[in-house]
Amino acid sequence: MTAIRNNLSDTLVLARRAFLRIPRAPDLLLSFTVQPIMFVLLFVYVFGGAINTPGYDYVDFLMPGIIVQTMAFGGFVTALGLSEDLKKGLVDRFRSLPMSRSAVLAGRTLADIVTNSISIAIMIGVGVLAGFSFDAPLAHIVAGLLLLLLFGYAFSWVFAFIGLTSSSPEASQSLGFILIFPLTFVSSAFVPVDSMPSALQTFAEVNPFTIVVDAMRSLFLGAPAGNDIWGAIAWSIAIAAVFSYLSVRRYKRAVAQ
Amino acid sequence: MSDVAIEAEGLCKSYGDVRALDGIDLRAPTGSVLGLLGPNGAGKTTAVRILTTLLRPDGGSARVAGLDVEREAAELRSRIGLAGQYAAVDENLTGAENLEMVGRLYHLSKGEPRARAIELLERFDLSDAADRLVRTYSGGMRRRLDLAAALVARPPILFLDEPTTGLDPRSRIGLWETIEGRVAEGTTVLLTTQYLDEADRLADRISVIDRGRVIAEGTSDELKDQVGGERLDVTLEDRGQAEAAIAALEAIAAEGPVLLDGAVQVPVLERQGAIAQAVRRLDEAGVGIEDVAMHRPTLDDVFLAVTGRAAAERDEQRAAAERER
Repeated sequence: MTAIRNNLSDTLVLARRAFLRIPRAPDLLLSFTVQPIMFVLLFVYVFGGAINTPGYDYVDFLMPGIIVQTMAFGGFVTALGLSEDLKKGLVDRFRSLPMSRSAVLAGRTLADIVTNSISIAIMIGVGVLAGFSFDAPLAHIVAGLLLLLLFGYAFSWVFAFIGLTSSSPEASQSLGFILIFPLTFVSSAFVPVDSMPSALQTFAEVNPFTIVVDAMRSLFLGAPAGNDIWGAIAWSIAIAAVFSYLSVRRYKRAVAQ
Repeated sequence: MSDVAIEAEGLCKSYGDVRALDGIDLRAPTGSVLGLLGPNGAGKTTAVRILTTLLRPDGGSARVAGLDVEREAAELRSRIGLAGQYAAVDENLTGAENLEMVGRLYHLSKGEPRARAIELLERFDLSDAADRLVRTYSGGMRRRLDLAAALVARPPILFLDEPTTGLDPRSRIGLWETIEGRVAEGTTVLLTTQYLDEADRLADRISVIDRGRVIAEGTSDELKDQVGGERLDVTLEDRGQAEAAIAALEAIAAEGPVLLDGAVQVPVLERQGAIAQAVRRLDEAGVGIEDVAMHRPTLDDVFLAVTGRAAAERDEQRAAAERER
């Protein structure tokens, strides 16, 4: 019992610490607020007119996709923060304390859920102003929001692993972008998959991003879901499980560079 | 607790081909200060990391506070405090928030983290900066906060890895006084340093480490005695009288006086009365004296004697090697 309580308390202490950092580093705040707004506006008004999305206005087609992309990147603060903690010796300090071995990572990824929620709220607000509207029952919309947070949480663990394995905060950031950008673009997030060359189409159809984006279109817009919703949940849980295991294992052995 | 706070036997650790530790034995009685002295890359930090449960040794064993550093690591962590060479504090928290966070992670009882934070900030002269973000702190303030963080849970054993590297002389002396304060209260301290004067001042016993091995061990005085006793340096008014001076001083010399750098160096048999005797004998011989000084061997001399190279020279060689890489 004590162990569980301590573990939870350690995680909350470190989640608070990770979250406090955001308002105190205003440049980071920009990436949760201004950057999503910029992406929505760019895609809707710059690319939107040239992309044909049968059955949907482009803004309706785009919003689920672009929010999923933002969720996938939301965890970059975790990579950045962990990489800095390693470099500055804070990980050494934490590991010398009688605290839970997973709390540093669990705390950071937990804080990401809060910042991801902020991003979602801002993006939906901007989307609505640009003409987006939900076309689904409230329960589906709420389920969609939860799925977004779950998917974002899974990618926070991907970033945790990146942060623990890269040589510097800068490297962790660019590594994350290089890995995740192609995945989000070769998916149904921004364009219909059947507009791609056939080789890419094959990849896009099995890409978890496509599955999650399609699940979101079903929950927000009433599109036919198929197995996408269960697929999205399964992918999110699998990604979170694999990368949390890898990250905690890595953390236990990590020492300052 | 047992009489021995820190005990290591045959610790080995390799990184690839590099043997960071090549069979190190260490021992610190409870309440004492053990200094690990050695140049950069000698293996000091690796030793500290093993003793603070951050690294597993490849071979050998170690007990801290009577607990095995591998098998009883979890329990051991609540008995130790670590302040590293990085000033491991969170820049985006205030000084007070940093200490409270550490207090919570040690699972101090409710209200205590806050109380300890206030108390330690006061003691480390950081009260005025308590609510400022650490990124506005000077280097000296960060080190003090880092040391304060290591003391939050009143650990009986403290590990300080190069606590004063990069500090200005005033901050250094301030930190020394703080460490001496902890020791006076009964804390056992293991301190690594590349500064000879720091080991000389703070450590009860010193282990000189080079290339992952302990190459000399003892109190500061014992180590100095290994190099030889005290020496009288006599500067002459007229160097032409050097021979006369050497002849006059032979009677009080442990071995032959030599002329070096314009001074006659005389290893003395007996410190007591050596200066007075030297002056009298030189006066009788009609040799003019400009200056007489008693020279005690420094740890630098020890280092030179045991490694065959001066510490400073080693550092330069290493820096040059790193630049080439």
